[in-house]
Amino acid sequence: MSAVMDHGGHAHGHDDHSHDHPHGWRRWMFATNHKDIGTLYLLFSFTMLMIGGALALGIRAELFKPGLQLVNPELFNQLTTMHGIIMVFGAIMPAFVGLANWMIPLQIGASDMAFARMNNFSFWLMIPAAILLVASFFMPGGAPAAGWTLYAPLTLQMGPSMDAGIFAMHILGASSIMGSINIIVTILNMRAPGMTLMKMPMFAWTWLITAYLLIAVMPVLAGAITMTLTDRHFGTSFFNPAGGGDPVMYQHIFWFFGHPEVYIMILPAFGIVSQIVPAFARKRLFGYTSMVYATASIAILSFIVWAHHMFATGMPVTGQLFFMYATMLISVPTGVKVFNWIATMWRGSMTFETPMLWAVGFIFVFTMGGFTGLILSVAPIDIQLQDTYYVVAHFHYVLVAGSLFALYGAVYYWGPKWTGVMIPEWKGKLHFWLSIISFNVTFFPMHFLGLAGMPRRYADYPMQFADFNEIASIGAFVFGITQFLFFFVVMLPAMLGKGEKAPQRPWEGAEGLEWEVPSPAPFHTFENPPKLDATATRIVAE
Amino acid sequence: EQVVRDLPGGPAVLQYDLHPPVTKIASEQQDLHVMMLWICGVIFVGVFGVMFYSIFAHRKSKGAKSASFHESTTVEIVWTIIPFLIVIGMALPATKAVVAMKDTTNADLTIKATGYQWKWGYDYLKGEGEGIQLISTLDASQRALSDAGTPQGDNYLLKVDEPLVVPVQKKVRIITTANDVIHSFMVPAFGIKQDAIPGFVRDTWFRAEKTGDFYGQCAELCGKEHAYMPIHVKVLSEDDYAKWAEGKLKAQAAKADDPSKVWTLEDLVARGQKVYAANCAVCHHENGKGGGAIKPLDAAAVVLDADKAKQVHIVLNGQNNAMPAWRQLSDTEIAAVVTFTKNHWSNKTGQIVQPAEVLAQRGK
Amino acid sequence: MSAAIPKGQTPYYFVPGPSRHPLMAAFALFFVVLGAGQWVNGASWAPYSVAAGLLGWLFVLKQWFSDAIHESESGLYGERIDVSFRWSMAWFIFSEVMFFGAFFGALFWSRLYTIPELGSIDNALLWPDFKAVWPSVVAGATASPAGVVEPFRTMGPWPLPTINTALLLTSGVTLTIAHHALRENHRGKTIAFMWATVLLGLAFVICQGYEYYEAYHHLNLKLTSGIYGSTFFMLTGFHGFHVFVGMLMLLFITLRLHKGHFTPEKHFGFEGAAWYWHFVDVVWLGLYVIVYWT
Ligand code: HEA
Ligand code: HEA
Ligand code: CUA
Ligand SMILES: [Cu+2]
Repeated sequence: MSAVMDHGGHAHGHDDHSHDHPHGWRRWMFATNHKDIGTLYLLFSFTMLMIGGALALGIRAELFKPGLQLVNPELFNQLTTMHGIIMVFGAIMPAFVGLANWMIPLQIGASDMAFARMNNFSFWLMIPAAILLVASFFMPGGAPAAGWTLYAPLTLQMGPSMDAGIFAMHILGASSIMGSINIIVTILNMRAPGMTLMKMPMFAWTWLITAYLLIAVMPVLAGAITMTLTDRHFGTSFFNPAGGGDPVMYQHIFWFFGHPEVYIMILPAFGIVSQIVPAFARKRLFGYTSMVYATASIAILSFIVWAHHMFATGMPVTGQLFFMYATMLISVPTGVKVFNWIATMWRGSMTFETPMLWAVGFIFVFTMGGFTGLILSVAPIDIQLQDTYYVVAHFHYVLVAGSLFALYGAVYYWGPKWTGVMIPEWKGKLHFWLSIISFNVTFFPMHFLGLAGMPRRYADYPMQFADFNEIASIGAFVFGITQFLFFFVVMLPAMLGKGEKAPQRPWEGAEGLEWEVPSPAPFHTFENPPKLDATATRIVAE
Repeated sequence: EQVVRDLPGGPAVLQYDLHPPVTKIASEQQDLHVMMLWICGVIFVGVFGVMFYSIFAHRKSKGAKSASFHESTTVEIVWTIIPFLIVIGMALPATKAVVAMKDTTNADLTIKATGYQWKWGYDYLKGEGEGIQLISTLDASQRALSDAGTPQGDNYLLKVDEPLVVPVQKKVRIITTANDVIHSFMVPAFGIKQDAIPGFVRDTWFRAEKTGDFYGQCAELCGKEHAYMPIHVKVLSEDDYAKWAEGKLKAQAAKADDPSKVWTLEDLVARGQKVYAANCAVCHHENGKGGGAIKPLDAAAVVLDADKAKQVHIVLNGQNNAMPAWRQLSDTEIAAVVTFTKNHWSNKTGQIVQPAEVLAQRGK
Repeated sequence: MSAAIPKGQTPYYFVPGPSRHPLMAAFALFFVVLGAGQWVNGASWAPYSVAAGLLGWLFVLKQWFSDAIHESESGLYGERIDVSFRWSMAWFIFSEVMFFGAFFGALFWSRLYTIPELGSIDNALLWPDFKAVWPSVVAGATASPAGVVEPFRTMGPWPLPTINTALLLTSGVTLTIAHHALRENHRGKTIAFMWATVLLGLAFVICQGYEYYEAYHHLNLKLTSGIYGSTFFMLTGFHGFHVFVGMLMLLFITLRLHKGHFTPEKHFGFEGAAWYWHFVDVVWLGLYVIVYWT
């Protein structure tokens, strides 16, 4: 693997006073280089995507037809729970952090992340957490089975793996907070002169805002699961009505974290799409300023909508109305983003290389997920749909076709910069088309299941639901195999450096400092701040 | 190959929309949903019409040269304001529906629905049939079919031993609560879904406009048998309902236990075994060993204690943290189950708890 | 010290070379979390795992910090890194505020919503005899609908919490005096006042230990005392833990002062610890008013 980055390593001549270029396993284990740490993050998250995906395929296999065939209901709930947790905390979030590591210093002309050692600490903290999460399947009583939302008081009935899970999430939280502080400080303090905030690439902007969300809500999640822990073992009564507590309080605290969390998983995706679309439309991003404000508005609004996950808990009328209105409002800034992307394409000079396909696919399919979100936000409709497969459909549209598709877009867009080789277009296009078709085959029928009233987290279901489930399961396997192929056919060869050599700026219309350094990016970049032109997208002198 | 047909009042084969509404609220939800689909559909077609046109027309291969505009405050304001107005347009009818949905006053019949792992308990609290108590459990054969992987029948997983029975055209208020973890009481055709939260009461209501059978399922993850606690509501005409209620109350009175009866050890243990299997085994398990936050009963100090009042107290009132109160069981049932645990597994105390002792302790 | 480094040697932004510390620290923490999860379930080996992990972690931290201090003292940290430290400390403290926010939120929710709701007319169906009063408001109340909480008395503001308030506020003053002294390069005075601050912090921790002893043994107020006990001990406990950590920070800063670290112009290590201390102070004032007085 180390072959990947080695070829460009010292080619790019720069002062020799700089640090040694470590080799072998030490390079990875003791990494302080943002690019290496970014690579570690990305590989980690892909591994977790495989594991979480394997669990999802377990779910889909069981649901292929009614009746229990493969797993018992206990194990089914474990699969669902761990699929959710692993995907959210293990696959999607770390993937975005990995991208931030790789790209933000390059994009803003910084030499590295602000705290290089802490950066690596953030990464390594995830390993013990991942081990605990995966090992929880082998603990007595099996893995946690209370859903990824870990609602009390069901969590009180879980076995020892619940505690392992809680501690794992604590250190994941610590890792996220350190990672976010690193990103915020890097962006605020290490931009090259001339890279003003309002000239910064959108990906850096969205991450800056995301990092604030993370710092604000990860500690709240830590608080919620700490209360769960003490309720379980130390006799506290936070969620126990007999002692004056309230199970619904858990939900409020959890969703105060949980709703911003879902935007944590989408804002950086917005950033990626905002980079890719202008590059392939060969036209500047339309409405940059309003994109920044829209992102910030989404983030701010995300703090006051949490109880739309709780319409069925029985809130007072005023509560339902408030949270309904606030939630619906979020579609306004999100709409601004969608419109701006389309305005960017309008009268551009477009080509459709793989990254652009993913970006367009993202806009199209994510918007469908956004609309189903809007439909869910209408409280009377949500009463029908809450905790049904409609919700499952909604969030896979925004998480898979949203976050994951944007991530793939990023891999194809920046991949040449990382590996130094071009990914053959046919491979990327095949991956894209197989994915988007099988994705829709998997998740579109779930809307129907939800409307018809099939509850989620069900190991078995009435026979009338069989047909759509069958279709969904078939789609899921095709989708899964496609992602498997992505790794072996697309990524692995590129990481091994096989393929056509990538030029410094492989995409004609791509703008930004990352395209001002060779491909693959040298081990050290911008050790001294570069001199930028007025648009802060070109280097005039080192 | 199994042939499945639509289940009237329950799901239909290849159903792709909400259930046919049987209450006013459900039809309002239906209308809102249709409205939302239309608005979103039109926006979708509009927005992506523009995008695909652009993709088609403004591609480099067709010789498109990129324009240089990249900003327009006017346009930004327009496409902020218009969606904002659209959203307000959506919110207005939704607000009306929310207010109607939450108005549980002036009910003709009030029924408490209690979620247990994994069944529903129904107590008729007020109105015709007051005093009726039902426990509604998934038909045992269904669970076996599921395990065997050989599902069959149009009402697979929806068949219960005893449905909830209500009169047509009456406002029925359902008060939900739960005994152990959160469950959710959902009947799609009525447009209701209300979480049942341990320690708290919540309510919802419906007025069924048609007689017939209507089905729903528990809609909040409540442990391993979450998929196996269906809801079956039978809506009867007013007369049929009155007849049913009368008969039910009579039968109930005939079956009731006399708390002053004095039982023998064997009889109590035999009765207690059933109570245990129906209520306690979920958490404490068949072997009485508990697990996790659940305390064991086998060889437990409280169970072996010579002071019988201690265990009775815990069963009646619950305990920090996972143990709920079981006051809703009859004196005889509590006496039986306590006696059973005191004389089962390795517990061989020989102690008997009589219903009268439980009754005496209730007030305390 | 840093004066010894000729000008121009400070890099634009110092990026440390490969370091084993992060990996080792994560490795050590693995044993902490692994053990902790098993310990609460009564595994006998688990406390050793936690202890070994913590020791290992502290050992790594010591090395890590001494690297950082060495880098700092040899002038590798320029202006920019100083700014980075400031931002990071500020946002770290913000994350701590949010952590306490969760527990304060739980307290507010319980008092303003849960307890009244549990005692409402509707809920009389389940808890007919429950009177919805918060324990500190009416003597003898336990705020436990099921009556599963043993009677207890609440912890009022007198005398211990008030003494603690005085201790913490005084420590804020002594810390500020030390800071001014450092800026005026009166090292002797700085060190003296730093020791005073550390000792005041220590006194706080001891007082709180005594307060808990009182609670358990004379008031029958325990972690198991229903929602009151839960919020009381979790809030004050986490705060006390933060005081302890802050005190350690100040202690290490004091020891570094003895070694001659920091200059009147550059001493962010000092300031960061001071910010943290003031944060702990402010949280305490919140607790004092909300938990003890009302
Ligand atoms: C990436 C993650 C992500 C994103 C971006 C969103 C975005 C949104 N979500 Fe979603 N949501 C989840 C992840 C996400 N969600 C998850 C994981 C759950 C389930 C959790 C669980 O229970 O396990 C969930 C559940 C969930 C619920 C609760 C459902 C239930 O359990 O009953 C609701 C209800 O309001 C909701 C609403 C919304 C809304 C209104 C948006 C909006 O942000 C969408 C805005 C976008 C658009 C509307 C489209 C583009 C806009 C235009 C083209 C402009 C013009 C449009 C109009 C003015 C109409 N979501
Ligand atoms: C965050 C992102 C994310 C992602 C990417 C996914 C991806 C997928 N999810 Fe999702 N899912 C959630 C987040 C996500 N999910 C959440 C939060 C929940 C809620 C959990 C809860 O209710 O608590 C959920 C719940 C959920 C359910 C509902 C379960 C239930 O209610 O019981 C289902 C059912 O179909 C499902 C299916 C899928 C499928 C088929 C995929 C596919 O996209 C996956 C595709 C597969 C791969 C990418 C892996 C490729 C691997 C192989 C081909 C196997 C080879 C493997 C090895 C050799 C090890 N998911
Ligand atoms: Cu009861 Cu799910
Ligand atoms: Cu949400």
